[in-house]
Amino acid sequence: MKFRLYRYHPESGEKPFMQDVDLDLDPAGKMLLDALLAIKAQDETLSLRRSCREGVCGSDAMNVNGKNRLACITPLSELKQPIEVRPLPGLPVIRDLIVDMEPFYKQYRSIKPWLINDDPEPEVERLQSPEDRALLDGAYECILCACCTTACPSFWWNPEKFVGPAGLLQAYRFIADSRDEATAARLDNLEDPYRLYRCHGIMNCVDACPKGLNPTEAIGRIKSLLVKRRV
Amino acid sequence: MKSATGSHTGTGTWLVQRATAVVLAVALPGLMIPFLAAMPLDFAGWQALFAPLWLRMLILLTGAALALHAWVGMRDIFMDYIHPTGLRLALYLAVMVTLAGSVVWLAAVLFGAALGSAA
Repeated sequence: MKFRLYRYHPESGEKPFMQDVDLDLDPAGKMLLDALLAIKAQDETLSLRRSCREGVCGSDAMNVNGKNRLACITPLSELKQPIEVRPLPGLPVIRDLIVDMEPFYKQYRSIKPWLINDDPEPEVERLQSPEDRALLDGAYECILCACCTTACPSFWWNPEKFVGPAGLLQAYRFIADSRDEATAARLDNLEDPYRLYRCHGIMNCVDACPKGLNPTEAIGRIKSLLVKRRV
Repeated sequence: MKSATGSHTGTGTWLVQRATAVVLAVALPGLMIPFLAAMPLDFAGWQALFAPLWLRMLILLTGAALALHAWVGMRDIFMDYIHPTGLRLALYLAVMVTLAGSVVWLAAVLFGAALGSAA
């Protein structure tokens, strides 16, 4: 199988380059991560993040043939050769396929991704009705792999100001949570031409999400809530 | 880390873009009907077509909606791509002057002497 890998070693002083790699591997039943690990076994300087190897941890997000995906759940058989593998776009590259996720995490932190409830703690859990719990479906499953946010042109142009699809989906997850009491403050935090309204509904996020989530829909719901409290 | 927060603006602008989009989606095809019905047009035909006040008002309103819609769109493009604040402000101003001037010009054409005398 033929691969084209993005390589960058900052200590060498060289510019990033694309490396052609031939790998003797039967693609049947194997994922891209298996191939990358086989290449790494031949050339240990190839650097990439990976952990769970089953699409749960979100560490091995990368740009494969132009689309952001998780290498561990991308079947080799469905990829056109040469398989071009690059780091996630829009984030600083640290080395090879490893990017600095800090701009992404900084936006995620800015939406306060935790339950805010100042009521006295109950004896048992803070219970939800099944209907209230159902509102979280499609929002809580995010694994923070950054496939969506780094596919978003609005995030490329304004990474310091635009929260991005992953952050906004998580913001909605807590706005929608019946146990959370900070809805008004959360909406205040988001109502901004840059933080929320840089989303132009391009929907690259929906196309990229390896978990099949729909950040654009969540962003639309946030906008609806903002309109409702305004008009 | 400094905590980020919103500027409490943006929703109105977004609503204007949505509302004017609806106006344009309805008004532009609606305006095509009297024009297509009056084809082919000579000078007298044009004057007769623009004679009713309601049609001129509708064209002016559509023009204003188009200008507002274009303003939000251009503002979005500048916010995306033009990062130096001074340059962005200057471009905002240029677009505002151009669009406002266009609407005033449209009003002058619609209600000016040539058409006004025909009404």
